[in-house]
Amino acid sequence: MSAFFYLFAFFSIFAATMVISVRNSVHGVLYLIFTFLNIAGLFILLGAEYIALTLIIVYVGAVAVLFLFVVMMLNIEMEAVRRSFIKYFPLGIIVVLIFIGLLSAAYMKQNQYKLNHPNTGTLITAKIETGHRSNIKELGKILYTDHFLSFQLCGLILFAAMLGAIVLTLSHSKKVRRQSIKQQTMRKPNETVQLVDVPSKAGLNVKY
Amino acid sequence: MEQATWITDISMMHYLYLAVILFAIGIAGIFLNRRNLITILMSIEIMLIAVNINFVTFSTYYSNLEAQVFTIFILTVAAAEAAIGLAILVALYRNINTIDVRKINKLKG
Repeated sequence: MSAFFYLFAFFSIFAATMVISVRNSVHGVLYLIFTFLNIAGLFILLGAEYIALTLIIVYVGAVAVLFLFVVMMLNIEMEAVRRSFIKYFPLGIIVVLIFIGLLSAAYMKQNQYKLNHPNTGTLITAKIETGHRSNIKELGKILYTDHFLSFQLCGLILFAAMLGAIVLTLSHSKKVRRQSIKQQTMRKPNETVQLVDVPSKAGLNVKY
Repeated sequence: MEQATWITDISMMHYLYLAVILFAIGIAGIFLNRRNLITILMSIEIMLIAVNINFVTFSTYYSNLEAQVFTIFILTVAAAEAAIGLAILVALYRNINTIDVRKINKLKG
């Protein structure tokens, strides 16, 4: 049972290290997807199966695919020179080790906690339920009642992100002719039809 | 044999140490990277998912489901930020035609 934890943990650390150190960006994104999948497996081990599947749907299915689109759309050259990596590598290792050391020192003060039972309880409800209890059901009980405001604000955040992405990347090409609805509906009757006396064998310069 | 139970009994600290290591890998990815901007965005995603591991671990070991509610919010914000970051990247690429980090050093294009 604990072998699964070590399996998922080892693969997620390995894949995360490969994300930042491969040359080809497409390979980096694929390693990122592998990281997400392993962490979803860890979440299932923790009893949060709804979060795990949401991770796969949202992170892998939306964010990583978006990364893939952008990587394939841009013309990214594979970096041939690794000089700068080696130059900063000692400093990077020192900073990473200091960071891990500081957090581990903070964690050392804790006692060892063992896992009780995965589905021990929900948030502070007096009613004890029997029967089938799933992660998504229990989450739904508090997400739409106690944390309803935060849930709605999440929707606003996503809306703002959508607006931002569209505003940043939408660009109209000047060569493509488009309708201007405002111009069409605001034309006056006296400028729609114009009677012109055309001399014979001479054309007419029509302005569009 | 009694003292080696930290290998077979997975406690909360195992998950927390894993989250620390993943977060540190994300940090290293940001400043060890001189190649492209997309690696920076991917490192930010790794950091966010390390924090998610932390939250879900605390949710399980303290039997409190509010932490998983917050995990959903972190997921939302991460997705929104990835979308906007990539949109900025695409707009930047249209202007300077490269995503090399070293070339993005002018304030006024």
